Amino acid sequence: MSAKRFFITLVSLLVLTVSSGVRAGLDIRHWVTPEGARVYFVENHDLPMLDVSVDFDAGSARDTRARSGLANLTRHVMSLGAGPYSERDIAERMADVGAILSGRFDADRAGFTLRTLSGANELEQAVTVLIEVLARPRFEPAIVEREKARVVAALQEAATKPEFIGEKAFMAALYGEHPYGLHESGEVDSVRALTASELADFHHRHYRAANMSIALMGDLTRAQAEALASRLAVGLPPGPAPEPIAPAPDSATPGERVLPHHATQSHLFMGLPGLKREDPDYFPLHVGNYVLGGGGFDSRLTESVRQKKGLAYSVYSYFMPMRELGPFQIGLQTRRESTAEAVATVREELARYLESGPSEAELEQAKNNLIGGFPLRIDSNRKILEYLAVIGFYRLPLDWLDTYPAKVAAVGRDDIARAFRARVRPEAMATVVVGGQIENARK
Amino acid sequence: MQFIIHGALVLVCALLLAQPALASIVEETLDNGMRVVVKIDRRAPVAVSQVWYRAGAMDESYGVTGVAHVLEHMMFKGTRDVPAGEFSKRIAAAGGRENAFTSRDNTTYFQTLRKDRLELALKLEADRMVNLVLSPDEFAKEIKVVMEERRLRTDDNPQARLYEALMATAYETHPYRHPVIGWMTDLENMRVEDARDWYERWYTPANATLVVAGDVEPDQVFAWARKYFGVIPARPLPERKAVREREQNGIRQVTVKAPAKLPLVALAWHAPRLTRPAEEWEPYALEILAGVLDGHASARLNQSLVRDQRIATEVGAGFDAISRGSGLFIVDATPAEGHAVAAVQAALKAEIARVVDEGIREPELARVKAQVLAGQVFQQDSLFYQAMQIGDWINVGLDYRDREVRYAGLRGVTAEQVRAVAAKYLVDDRLTVAVLDPLPIPEGQPAARNTMGGLHVR
Repeated sequence: MSAKRFFITLVSLLVLTVSSGVRAGLDIRHWVTPEGARVYFVENHDLPMLDVSVDFDAGSARDTRARSGLANLTRHVMSLGAGPYSERDIAERMADVGAILSGRFDADRAGFTLRTLSGANELEQAVTVLIEVLARPRFEPAIVEREKARVVAALQEAATKPEFIGEKAFMAALYGEHPYGLHESGEVDSVRALTASELADFHHRHYRAANMSIALMGDLTRAQAEALASRLAVGLPPGPAPEPIAPAPDSATPGERVLPHHATQSHLFMGLPGLKREDPDYFPLHVGNYVLGGGGFDSRLTESVRQKKGLAYSVYSYFMPMRELGPFQIGLQTRRESTAEAVATVREELARYLESGPSEAELEQAKNNLIGGFPLRIDSNRKILEYLAVIGFYRLPLDWLDTYPAKVAAVGRDDIARAFRARVRPEAMATVVVGGQIENARK
Repeated sequence: MQFIIHGALVLVCALLLAQPALASIVEETLDNGMRVVVKIDRRAPVAVSQVWYRAGAMDESYGVTGVAHVLEHMMFKGTRDVPAGEFSKRIAAAGGRENAFTSRDNTTYFQTLRKDRLELALKLEADRMVNLVLSPDEFAKEIKVVMEERRLRTDDNPQARLYEALMATAYETHPYRHPVIGWMTDLENMRVEDARDWYERWYTPANATLVVAGDVEPDQVFAWARKYFGVIPARPLPERKAVREREQNGIRQVTVKAPAKLPLVALAWHAPRLTRPAEEWEPYALEILAGVLDGHASARLNQSLVRDQRIATEVGAGFDAISRGSGLFIVDATPAEGHAVAAVQAALKAEIARVVDEGIREPELARVKAQVLAGQVFQQDSLFYQAMQIGDWINVGLDYRDREVRYAGLRGVTAEQVRAVAAKYLVDDRLTVAVLDPLPIPEGQPAARNTMGGLHVR
C-alpha cells in the first residue's frame, strides 16, 4: 500500500545468473544501426505487447566527486519534458495508451524501459514520446530545481537509515576515489550545486547512438524492429562513445568501521571488489557463491546464522558483476546485542569456506539448482528483456545463455577454492557495522 | 521464507482471456473438500504451484497475533518423513524456487519449477499439510528469526511503524487492526503450542485451495492432487466468528514519533470491498478514483502537490477491493522541506474536495481505463501473478470467473460515479489521519573498538 517511491537506486542484489539446458537458447537477433547503436531482438507474438530497453554507458561511474549525482539526475529529468512535450504531456500520452515508461540506473548503466501494447496506435504513440525523451530532453531549470530538492529530501531521509549509511560507507571503503565509490544519487551538497546546463551537457556527451544498446522483446517483426531501433537512434547527439572507465581497485581499504546508530538491529557489510561482468573466474565464483551465501536456504551462511542460531532473518553473500570489478558482499541484520556473535559466525564460515571450498554434495546441489532452474529465468518477456539488455550492454556473446549450463557443469571444487582464495582475501576486505555499538558500550 | 505481504496491494489489472489457446482454467474439488484449480499457459515449460490456506492474521486472537506467520515459518521445519530444511533443499535440487507469504487474509505457499518437476512440489506440499512435526527446539530458534524480521521490517522503519499505527487506529473491532507479523509482546510470549493449535485448526483440506498454472495437463494435475492431497482425511473447519468493523462516527487521529528526517501523513477512509461483482459499482468507482489520483506521474496528487504546489516530495493513493474484510482508501504524502504537515494534509483533502465538488474530466477517466485495459494484457506475462489472482479471488470468497465481470465493471464506471463515491465515502466521519512526527536522530557515542568482541580483521 502506498509504498514510498524513492528514486534513490539501491544496489541491486540481483546478480545475473543464467543457467541452462532444457531448451535451446533464445533466438537473439543482433545488428548495429547506421548510427552505431547495437540492437538485440527476440521476436515473440504470444502476447500483444512489446518490451523495450535502451541503455547507455552513462551511470554514476561517469560522475565526478564534485558533481556526484549528475548522471542520475540527468536520466531522471530526461523524461520530464522533451521536444514538443511537457512533463505532463509525457505522462499523459503514455498513460493514454496504457504504456509504462520506467527508468533504469546504476553505476554502469543508465536508460529507460518501455512496456506497451503492440497495437499500431498504442505502439506509435508510446515510441514517439520515448524518441523525444532520448533525443531532445528539455532540462527546464524550474523542473531541475524541483527534482534536485526531491533527490536531496530522499537522500536526507535515507541518511537516517542504517542500510543506507552502511552501504555508503562500505562502497567508499571498497572503491576510495574510483567512481564506483560514489553514491549513485550523489550527495546533498553536490546535487544542490547541479545546474540545468550541466545536465544538458552530460546528456549531449553520453546519450549517443555509439554509446547505446537497445533490447526489444515481443510482438514485432524483424522489419518493424529494425525500423523502430533506427528511429530510437537517429536523433541522438552525434559523437563517439566515452572512453572506458578506469579499472577498479582489487582491494578495499581494509579494516573495520563501526558507525553507531540507534536502531534495534545492527547491519553488517563485509567484502571487497570482486568480479567483472567478463571475467575468467565468473563461473567458479558464481557457482561457489551459491554454496557460501547465494543459495538461500541451501547456503552455509543461512544454515549457520539463521537456521542453527536464529541470529538473523536475512543473511547473504553475493558477487555483483560490473564493467570493472563489482563488489563481493556479505550482509546481515541482527539485534544489536548479538552483533559480535553474528559477525564471528560469518567470519568462521568464510574462513572455513576459503580453507576447503564446497563439498562434492554441496557443489552438486548448486549445479542442480542453477542448471535445473534455467527455464524459470526466461519464462516471461520481462525476464528475457533483462537478459537481452545485459548481454547487449556488456557486449556478452550472443550464445551466453546457450553456453551457460556447460560452463556451470564444468566448474570443479578446485576451481572454486582457487578462485575464492584469489578474490576473497580477508586481508583486503572492509567490514562496516552500523548500530550495535551504543548498547554494548553501556553494558 | 517467508516474507509478509502487508496490507493491500493495489493493482488495477488482471486477467484477460483474450487468447483461449494460451489460457484456460479448469477446476475440481477433491472428496475431502480441497479445491484444485488449473490454469493452462504454454508460453514456457514451467509450472507454478500455490497452496492457499484461508487463514491469515485476521483469524488470530489477542495474545497470539503473528501466529499465522510464525506457523508459516515452521512449515519449513520438518515433517515425519522430511527433516527440517529438506523441503527447501529438495525443491532447490529440482531447480525450483519456493517461498511463502502470510497476509491478513491468507497464508500461501508456492513453488516454481520446470513443468516436469511439478509432482515433487505437490507431494511435499501435501506432506506438510498433515505431517508437520513442530519441534520445540526448532520453534525456539525460529521465533528469534521472526523477531529479527519484525525489527527489520517494522521496529527500525518509521514509515512502517506509521502504517502499523494507522491500521491499529482505523480498525477498532475488526482484527485488521493487528499487524500481520504480530505485536512484539505476543511474539515474545508465543509457544510452540500456539503454532500447533493454529496448524490443527486451519491446515485442513477444506480450508485449502491448490492453484497450478503453467504448461501442464489438467488431468495429470488432478490425478496428482487426488493421489497426494486426496488421501488427507477431511476434517470439519471450526466455526468462524463473524468479525465486522463497527460504523465509524468521527475522525480519528494517531501520531507516531520516531527518529526520522521527513514527516509523512496518511489519510485512510473506510470503504466497501467487492462482494457481488455483477451488481456493485462502488468498489469499481473507488478503484478508478485511486487511478485518477495516482495512476501515473501526471495524475492529480503528483501533479498538484509535487509538481505545481511543490509542497510534497512523494505522494500516493491506493484502494484494494479484493479482501475478506472491509478495506481502506488511503492517500499519503511526504511534505517537502519547509512545508508543515498540516498544510500538506489540507492539500490532500483539498484534492478530494475538488473531486467531490467538480467531478473528474472524461479524459482522466478514459486514461485510467486505458491503463486498466493494458494491465490486463501485461499481467499475462507473469505466470506467478496469474496464479496469485485466482487464489486471491477464491480466498476472499469470490468466483474467479467474475474477474471478467470486474473488468466490465471498471470499464463501465462513469465520471459521476467517481464523484459520488468520493462524496459518500471520503468524509471525515470515516477518516483516520496518521502522522509521522520526526524526532531528531540520536547521536551515537563514539565507540571503543574492543566492545565488538571478535570484530577485527584477521
